[in-house]
Amino acid sequence: MSRIGVFTCHCGENIGATVDCVKVAEMCKDIPGVVHSVEYKYMCSDPGQRQMQEAIKEHQLDGVVVAACSPRMHEPTFRRAAGDAGINPYMCEMANLREHCSWVHEKGDATTQKAADLIRVLVEKVKHNEPLHPIKVPVTRTAMVIGGGVGGIQVALDIANGGHKVVLVEKSPSIGGHMSQLSETFPTLDCSQCILTPRMVEAAQHPNITLMTYSEVEKVDGFIGNFKVTVRKKARKLDEKLCTGCGLCIQKCPNKKISDEFNEGLGTRTAIYVPFPQAVPNKPVIDLQNCTYYKTGKCKVCEKMCPTNAIRFDQEDELVTLDIGAIVLATGFKLMKTDAFPEYGYGKHKDIIDGMQFERLASASGPTSGVMKRPSDGKEPETVVFIACSGSRDRAKGVPYCSKICCMYTAKHAMLYKHKVHSGKAYVFYMDIRAAGKDYDEFVRRAIEEDEVKYIRGRVSKIYEEDGKLIVMGADTLMGGEPVVIKADMVVLATAVQSNDRSEELAQTLHVSYDSYGFFAEAHPKLRPVETNTAGIFLAGACQAPRDIPETVAQASGAAAKVVGLFSNDELTREPIVAVVNRQAAPVYSTCVGCFLCQGACPYQAIEQEEIKARSGEVIMTLARINPGLCQGCGTCVATCRTKAIDLQGFSNEQIYAELMTL
Amino acid sequence: MRIGYYPGCSLLGSSREFDESTRAVLKALDVELVEVADWNCCGASSAHILNHELSIALPARILALAEQAGLTEILAPCAACSNRLLSAQQELEKHPEMLAGIEKAIEMPYKGTVKIVNILEVLDRLKDLIAAKTVEPFAKKVASYYGCLLVRPPRVVNFDRPEDPQSMDRMLRAVGATPVEWPFKTECCGAAFSVTRTDIVAKLSGKLVQDAVKRGADAIVVACPMCHSNLDLRRAEINEYLQQEYAIPAMFITQVVGLALGLDPKALGLHRHMVPVEFAETAGVQS
Amino acid sequence: MSSGSHHDHHEDTLAWRVQQATGVKLAHCYQCGKCAAGCPVADQMDMPPCQVFRMLQYGLPQYDKRVLGCEGIWLCLACETCSTRCPQEVEIPKIMDFIRGEALRLNLAHPRSKDILAFHRAFLDSIEYTGRLYEVGLVADYKVRSRHFLKDVMLAPKMYIKGKLGLLPHLIKNRRGMKHLFKQTIGKG
Repeated sequence: MSRIGVFTCHCGENIGATVDCVKVAEMCKDIPGVVHSVEYKYMCSDPGQRQMQEAIKEHQLDGVVVAACSPRMHEPTFRRAAGDAGINPYMCEMANLREHCSWVHEKGDATTQKAADLIRVLVEKVKHNEPLHPIKVPVTRTAMVIGGGVGGIQVALDIANGGHKVVLVEKSPSIGGHMSQLSETFPTLDCSQCILTPRMVEAAQHPNITLMTYSEVEKVDGFIGNFKVTVRKKARKLDEKLCTGCGLCIQKCPNKKISDEFNEGLGTRTAIYVPFPQAVPNKPVIDLQNCTYYKTGKCKVCEKMCPTNAIRFDQEDELVTLDIGAIVLATGFKLMKTDAFPEYGYGKHKDIIDGMQFERLASASGPTSGVMKRPSDGKEPETVVFIACSGSRDRAKGVPYCSKICCMYTAKHAMLYKHKVHSGKAYVFYMDIRAAGKDYDEFVRRAIEEDEVKYIRGRVSKIYEEDGKLIVMGADTLMGGEPVVIKADMVVLATAVQSNDRSEELAQTLHVSYDSYGFFAEAHPKLRPVETNTAGIFLAGACQAPRDIPETVAQASGAAAKVVGLFSNDELTREPIVAVVNRQAAPVYSTCVGCFLCQGACPYQAIEQEEIKARSGEVIMTLARINPGLCQGCGTCVATCRTKAIDLQGFSNEQIYAELMTL
Repeated sequence: MRIGYYPGCSLLGSSREFDESTRAVLKALDVELVEVADWNCCGASSAHILNHELSIALPARILALAEQAGLTEILAPCAACSNRLLSAQQELEKHPEMLAGIEKAIEMPYKGTVKIVNILEVLDRLKDLIAAKTVEPFAKKVASYYGCLLVRPPRVVNFDRPEDPQSMDRMLRAVGATPVEWPFKTECCGAAFSVTRTDIVAKLSGKLVQDAVKRGADAIVVACPMCHSNLDLRRAEINEYLQQEYAIPAMFITQVVGLALGLDPKALGLHRHMVPVEFAETAGVQS
Repeated sequence: MSSGSHHDHHEDTLAWRVQQATGVKLAHCYQCGKCAAGCPVADQMDMPPCQVFRMLQYGLPQYDKRVLGCEGIWLCLACETCSTRCPQEVEIPKIMDFIRGEALRLNLAHPRSKDILAFHRAFLDSIEYTGRLYEVGLVADYKVRSRHFLKDVMLAPKMYIKGKLGLLPHLIKNRRGMKHLFKQTIGKG
């Protein structure tokens, strides 16, 4: 006969306000096999856990049911406590009285009864539990960082400096990300390039970091500590070892009118190009869509000019498979484009630009060398209107969330404009100023008080062009909604921050969750902000939610610490919740008949074939065997098996039936 | 093609030429119009101001009459009418609990099966035929004016895009006209304030007239009788407000198409305008 | 239609009645002013739409009274520019319709609304009796109601010449049905 203890938690008011916990504890005393039943306000607290441990010893319990919250958070807590008290941790189960009962029902007798029923079910399960032991797996001490912006670079450097190998994968030809496009950064107005480019070089030269630029992750197999990642190295059409980065090919390329992505379409580049002069690596790439040779079959000027014969028109994409222990996602964001705004002309006005385009106009390395010139005619704009919340906090046509960085960069833009054009007028239309951060509000006040930027509280309803001016129709809600019309020479839309292109696809490749806007989901919004729900995969920066540089870098270091912590173990322990194929004595060996239907059903390629051999070496039969390192415990094979030869440890058929039959 | 027809009150009176030109053009394109028998006023811009149920019952009666006549689709050339018909149809779809009361008021069953289309939708279907039959291209610069009710509110009318719409521009290009780039395509003309607050109409419509001329248009093309009244009948007030004599004509899209098809200007009701449909020799023909 | 403030639940408040009748949630308005920014008549209004919303959001009698008595609600053209551009998808003209009805019901309508009201009443009277709008009758009726006898006298002969003024009304056959329709809808309140 089992000796089971039941510990019912009030979870403060969360359970206690709707479920009569005292009564539940009393009711549980009558369940056959239960020898001890108590309730307590906070079972997860230190006195709560101690109560449980003392009861295990005092009543010689061989199984425990903790009736509290979701096992997601505290199952490890209670199993550890049970283990410390001397019983096998897997003899401890949780009944979820919170999500499954108190939060979804009104207070009443039926609710209390349901709570008792949930416990009764778990008691039945524990009676059928077997002691289990964690699985040990080795760790590959190489990390992969996906995304080479400031976040990815920081993660890579921190892990590399911690003594571990890092592969930094970047899809574009150079690392540096959005930060390399910025002119100056808030709230200090230091030059973005000046603080970023040394980091880029450091990452490139670090002995522990391997850069894989112009590369994308295609496939991820395996599990924490033991991932196998396939990366596509897109063909640069160049032998990087031979290329000296002299730039002669770029100078001679006849195709010079291609819209330049790095300058956000405000400048042009050639078909063979490096995105910007400080690119890392400083090696060109041929743009296949625009290269004359790929379009017409003739040209190859670059090949003829190259002094080291580094051009390779026959180069193909290459697939590389790497053994990786941990992955950090730092894939960043994209900005909504100006063509998303019907009332602002669907992007047809050249002088309505987005924030990143303004950065390029203001940047010393930009298409105007940092001189304020508007895109349409190159004139210096005398009046500039900045519109915050363009597409953000707009559930009708944009995104409902706050993009977080726009208040600050808009203040910065207005300030930079005023610094460059002293006589110019700068107006900012805003709804709220969200400047919560160290020295942030002071920065905004400086824009208003010292640089005399006019802040107008209201949204803009329409912008149209008249006599070479952009007519901005706004309102001032601090003047009772009075219409305000400003004739501007240029308008800068602080467009919404969105998840990057193909982020959902990448999330599916990596089996990490994402929200309805394509941002990757953290494991816990407060307590596990840099982890994903998939063990061994971490997050940094704006791929998770809109973030500025300081936050991205802080989170990057946090993710790096998690990886270094993971790599400090020789081996990892995994939950033993895996499927097993039964084994019996000869001559039966197993009820498995070797049909291998399970092999095709397994989503994790965890099922292998095992040959049973006679002493002579002759193969008697071939059975299925499940690799516990790869198995994720999903149970698909259990359902597929025709001879019921497979069972899931911790959730065996017998346990499930016992639970159901007691209801 | 055979299609139900709901002309609406304005097309019997102050905007007769819209009815005349619609009938003439569609006849020339072999479209048979079947007028909804014993139709009533849709309530236009007044009913919804004073009573919500009335503003639904009036259009519902029209739609029910069309259903009884076995029509599956009706053309309502007047933008206000098509807007009110669509609003009522959707309101009854969203609030089926209102149906019993409405059926009692109109003394007819209402099923909500009739599709309501505006004149631009019908012309768009016939675009290739119109282009083929165009004998006198309307080689003028035009400001295509959609007004409010054709495109707003988008959740009700679900037609073209609410800002900078394109359907009328496409039709005008098909008959040889050159639409000017115009930011006021969907700005309000003052609508129902024509009689009561003519000062507001003069100001709002004045802005339209002034800007259309400034951008080089030879004519303002409309698809709504209210817009036309304000731009044409109220031109004296507009010119007085602007202190300038603006002679740019306001034409219905059906009149422009009719001219391109070579129809008699009189059959298109061009003589009924307050602002004569005349073009200076030089103005805008160089396109 | 629950709402944060207990005032909103109170049947005495305009906010409660607005929400009940239109299904529009007043709390959705976050006072960005985009409605006023695009409104063609906001500059003529004593209270632009965003301010109407602000006052409604309080749910206090002194503000309700000011909303009901303002002129702005009568100047709304129902052009739907505001609702088309509203980032919170608030159907503002729907609310304007309802508030005007309440202003009339409670006898609080702004004095300058009289002309506008006279026009709408004349309009509806015309269709109640004939089934279709009789423009000459409408204008004549409006003149009597508004006492603006001389307004537009010069326009009528021109319109007549152009064939735009029918001197006789178009009568539909089922005029009894029309009377019944009015009685069943507007006649109830």
